[in-house]
Amino acid sequence: MSTLEQHLLTGGEAVAHALCQIQPDVVPVYPITPQTPIIQTFSSLVANGAAHTEIVNVESEHSAMSAAIGAALAGARTATATSSQGLALMAEVVYVAASRRAPLTMAVGNRALSGPINIHCDHSDSMLVRDSGVVQLFAENAQEAYDLMVMAPRIAEHPDVLLPVLVCQDGFTITHAAEPISMLPDDDVRAFVGEYRTPVQPLLDAAHPATHGPFAMPDYYFEFRRAQAAALEAAAIALAETAEEYSAIAGRSNDAVEQYRLGDAETVLVALGSTAGTVKDVVDELRDAGERVGLLKIRSFRPFPAESVRLACAARDVVVLDRADSPGGAPPLAADVAFALAGQALTLRSHVYGLGGRDLHPDAIKQIFRGEAAPYVGVRGEPCLA
Amino acid sequence: MPQLKDWNELPVAGALAPLDAVQPHTGGWRTAGRPVTHLSACVNCLLCWLYCPDSAIVLDGTTFAGIDYDFCKGCALCVEVCPADALSMESEDA
Repeated sequence: MSTLEQHLLTGGEAVAHALCQIQPDVVPVYPITPQTPIIQTFSSLVANGAAHTEIVNVESEHSAMSAAIGAALAGARTATATSSQGLALMAEVVYVAASRRAPLTMAVGNRALSGPINIHCDHSDSMLVRDSGVVQLFAENAQEAYDLMVMAPRIAEHPDVLLPVLVCQDGFTITHAAEPISMLPDDDVRAFVGEYRTPVQPLLDAAHPATHGPFAMPDYYFEFRRAQAAALEAAAIALAETAEEYSAIAGRSNDAVEQYRLGDAETVLVALGSTAGTVKDVVDELRDAGERVGLLKIRSFRPFPAESVRLACAARDVVVLDRADSPGGAPPLAADVAFALAGQALTLRSHVYGLGGRDLHPDAIKQIFRGEAAPYVGVRGEPCLA
Repeated sequence: MPQLKDWNELPVAGALAPLDAVQPHTGGWRTAGRPVTHLSACVNCLLCWLYCPDSAIVLDGTTFAGIDYDFCKGCALCVEVCPADALSMESEDA
C-alpha cells in the first residue's frame, strides 16, 4: 500500500482499517443498536486473516469495556468501539477503565442519546463520559479519524498517561460518508505504534501477585483522582509529541487544536467535529466578502487545551458551537472555553446546534458569525435575531 | 497510624503488592463468638483454609495450625465446612 494511494472509505471503515493495521491483540465488542460499521468492517478484515486480533463477543457494552480493561491490564493491546446508547451503558465502566489506568483505545461514532430515540449525530454520548478521566479526540473527517486512531495507542500507552483514548467521529456525517483516505503502509503503522508495553504489574502474573482495583476510603480516594488529573495533563504532552512524530511520517498535522484563518480575525468560532469542515467553507466565503472571521477547531476535548484556546481567542469576539446541551446550564464546550477565557475582556456567545442529526447549513453559520442566530440554532419556533 | 502517601507517591492505579496495604485488625469486628480449634480431631483437609474469606487460618507449611484472631471476623464458615468437628464456635469469654 503506497502513501500516495487513496482509498474510498467511510470514517467507520477508515478506523476499522487503522485498527487492522495496529493489530490489537484483543477487541471485545457488543454491537448494541445503533452500531456503526466500525466493528462490522473490522470483523470482516479479521475473519479474512488481515489481523491476528482475538475478537471477543460479549453480552453487553458494559461487559465489552469490562473485558477491555482486563485484557489491557493483563498485557494485551486492546481496542473496542461503541456509539450512543452503547457508550451510555458502558459509562460506569469507562470511569473504571480510566481509574484502573487501562491503556486501551476506543472508536466512537457520536450519536444522540435517547430520548426520544434517535440514531443520528450529536455529541451527547461523548459528553456523558466527559468527566470520566479518558482522553477524547474529535475528528473533523474520515482522514482525521484514521490519523487519530493510528496515533491513539501511542498516547494511551505512554508511561505517564496509561489512559483510555476515545477517537470520536460524527455519526453518519463521518462514519457513513465515503471520502478518499490516505493510509500509511501497514509496516509504517506497526513501526509507529510499536510493541505493547507490558504493564508494570500485569494481571495474571502468578509470580508477582497483587491486589488490583483496591477499595479506597476517604483517606485515599481523593489522591487517586488527583493522580488521574495528572495523567490527563501528561496526555496533552504525549499528544503533542505523537502528533509531531505522526506528522513526520504522514505529512498531516493533528495537534490539540487547529487554527483556520485566525490571523487578523475579529470573530473566532470554536467547534468540534465535522462542523469545523463546514465552518471552514463559510470562513472562506465571508473572508472573500471582507469579513474578518476564523475558526478554532478543538481536536483534543480531553485534555482540554485551555492555554491554546486562551491565546487563539485573545481580544476577539468568541462564538462557541456545541452539538450537545446541558439543560439548565452551560453547554460543555462553551463552559470549557469560558473557563479558559475567564478574566479576559471579550464577548462570548454560545449556541447549541445539530441535536439528533439536525443539519447545520452554511447560511446558519453565517448568521452565527454575525450575531443573528438564536442560542438554539435551527430549532423551529426559535426566534431568529436578524 | 502509618504515614499516608501523597497522590504522586501512589502506585499506578493503586495496584498493591502483598502486605503493601495497611492491615487493620478486623478481628475486632467479631460480635457473635469465635471459632475454637480442637487439634486432636483435625484431619488436616484444609477446607477451613480454603473457605475462610479473610485468610485467618494459620498454616504451618501445609498443616493446620490454628486461627489468627487479629483477622478472624467470626463468620463461622470454617466451623460449617469442618468435616471432623475440629472447630466450634465459643463465646469470646470462654
